[in-house]
Amino acid sequence: MVKRIYIREEYCMGCRLCEVHCLVQHSKTKNIIKAYKGEYPKPIPRIIVEEKGYVSFALQCRHCEDAPCLEACITGAMYRDKKTGAVLCDEDKCIGCWMCIMVCPFGVISRNIEGKKIASKCDLCVGEEVPVCVKNCPNEAIVCEEEK
Amino acid sequence: MAKRPTPTEFIIERDEGKCIACQVCVRMCSNDAHSYDPETDTVTSDSTKCVGCHFCETICPTGAIIIKRNPSEFKLNANWSAQVIRNITKQAETSGVLLTGMGCDKPYPVYWDHIVLNASQVTNPSIDPLREPMELRTYIGRKPDRIELTAHSPQSTEKNKIPSAMDYRLLTKLSPQLKLETPILFSAMSYGSISLNACISLARAAKEIGTFYNTGEGGLHKDLYEYGAHTIVQVASGRFGVHREYLEAGAAIEIKIGQGAKPGIGGHLPGEKVSEEISQTRMIPVGTDALSPAPHHDIYSIEDLKQLIFALKEATRYSKPVGVKISAVHNVAPIASGIVRAGADFVAIDGLRGGTGAAPTVIRDNVGIPIELAIAAVDNRLREEGIRNQASLIAAGGIRSSSDVIKAIALGADAVYIGTAALVAMGCNLCQRCYTGKCNWGIATQDPYLTKRLNPDIGTRRLVNLLRAWSLEIKEMLGGMGINAIESLRGNREQLRGVGLSDTDLKLLGIKPAGEAW
Ligand code: SF4
Ligand code: SF4
Ligand code: SF4
Ligand code: SF4
Repeated sequence: MVKRIYIREEYCMGCRLCEVHCLVQHSKTKNIIKAYKGEYPKPIPRIIVEEKGYVSFALQCRHCEDAPCLEACITGAMYRDKKTGAVLCDEDKCIGCWMCIMVCPFGVISRNIEGKKIASKCDLCVGEEVPVCVKNCPNEAIVCEEEK
Repeated sequence: MAKRPTPTEFIIERDEGKCIACQVCVRMCSNDAHSYDPETDTVTSDSTKCVGCHFCETICPTGAIIIKRNPSEFKLNANWSAQVIRNITKQAETSGVLLTGMGCDKPYPVYWDHIVLNASQVTNPSIDPLREPMELRTYIGRKPDRIELTAHSPQSTEKNKIPSAMDYRLLTKLSPQLKLETPILFSAMSYGSISLNACISLARAAKEIGTFYNTGEGGLHKDLYEYGAHTIVQVASGRFGVHREYLEAGAAIEIKIGQGAKPGIGGHLPGEKVSEEISQTRMIPVGTDALSPAPHHDIYSIEDLKQLIFALKEATRYSKPVGVKISAVHNVAPIASGIVRAGADFVAIDGLRGGTGAAPTVIRDNVGIPIELAIAAVDNRLREEGIRNQASLIAAGGIRSSSDVIKAIALGADAVYIGTAALVAMGCNLCQRCYTGKCNWGIATQDPYLTKRLNPDIGTRRLVNLLRAWSLEIKEMLGGMGINAIESLRGNREQLRGVGLSDTDLKLLGIKPAGEAW
């Protein structure tokens, strides 16, 4: 069963702690202070908090059923994990052509040019029971549930 | 003239070794105490803006922040404390009445902390609440002077058969009652003084636990009608939001005469807080000040009060209890007696330490009497006059724990109201700045940036947890005393003893000193 992250924007307070924890999860050391102060290439978050006025919400890859990024990827770096249904990017295969970024209707793939150019996106925190953004949101403004 | 600086109350300490400049604190402090400098990629703080709510400390992902009391001291002086100097300085500058929020913070004696409970040893068995049934159910409302029963089943007349409860029928018509699964209700807190998300949390928790919350004088928001069966609707001096559907929606009606934090004075919700939603709920124009007069202008005597009580009963066809809330003042006992005789089904008494969203500091800290003494005085008086059964007594004002609850009940209360404790459960750290409308926890604010910080799912869960925990503790304490129903403890002052109290205190509380046997 595919797990999906649902957004409850009415409770997002715009603190961006989800970004902080996402960044740490995708760092080498997974230590918050080292991740911020001493890692190269500098890790970047894969979740993006959008804000306008008092409305804010955290958005990450929707892991689309008919994912355009999968179609657009020229090297086959973008693939679907058979077990979880998640859309993942094989960073070894990715050449940083940004085709996926062009086609993603949600704008949730970021350019990571800190080291080798790669497309950086939500991987639903491979190996974690619950994605860290969901686990660490202090106001339960993002929740992870089986697909409705 | 430049403002003469006074030492700040708090110091924001940031551990630079831990701070990752994530700016979470910068985004979250509603007082703008933190700021980010992109040139140096560092976060700095201005302690003068900090009100000590501890929100940033709670939310900083690396634990880099500590909020401390400012160690800078004036010359030690028992009369002229730092607070006194700060207050005078502020008034010398502004010429204004000092405002504050929450309950009295002066070190008056807290009698709860000088009262101890009894437990069974050898001569009477204690009860294990995890193995044996334990009853916390409480009914609020007028109890009959006597009940009449009739045996209705023919079998009960048969010889040798012991009649069961099923063989009797109640002839007496009972007055409407509120049924509580635990003797704790949520105090009046209006939509306006607190956010809608806070109201929703209270309402849902009351429903889940089987108790009641109170609308305060703010009317009932349309989203809260579905919790009507767990709502006590208040009628206060401003009559905000009072109409037929409102009265009909509630399970009980409370006439608010006074509030522990500000006896004798009215309420004031500043126009800036009167948003579209609040204006609709309170039935006043957007942006106008909501002023509750100090007295009800139609109540100048017990007889007038009686008219309002019966007008409300009449309006709701005698289907729900109608009570009266007063603050604990010197004459509380005779006033309560008058209220009961005027036909109130319950009397709520709010003590000196009761909270508020906004009150003049001088009133909050100097007017009224502690709730412990008020419970004892009122319970005594009503018993002496033989009318204790005619109304339930709800005690409020500074109930902090399950032991305060059980002591209040042993002193003579039927149930207690909790307000501050409920807010703390939802996040409040008692910074006492409710009146600024900048509550970082999303509780005492109407600012859309802030109200969304209180997710009612979380608020409800935490309130339910608190009431479950307290109920369990009450059961443990009851079991220890060998009592299996809260009813049997009500007004049972033999279970209480005073420690370190004067003879006068003991006499007023009606309890023996510790060390004295039955
Ligand atoms: S952690 Fe939660 S509340 Fe904070 S920005 Fe992310 S989604 Fe919003
Ligand atoms: S990256 Fe964009 S297009 Fe690809 S699956 Fe995620 S949301 Fe869909
Ligand atoms: S929240 Fe903590 S780590 Fe982040 S900038 Fe503030 S003090 Fe630094
Ligand atoms: S006011 Fe609250 S959030 Fe702001 S700095 Fe002080 S403790 Fe932190």
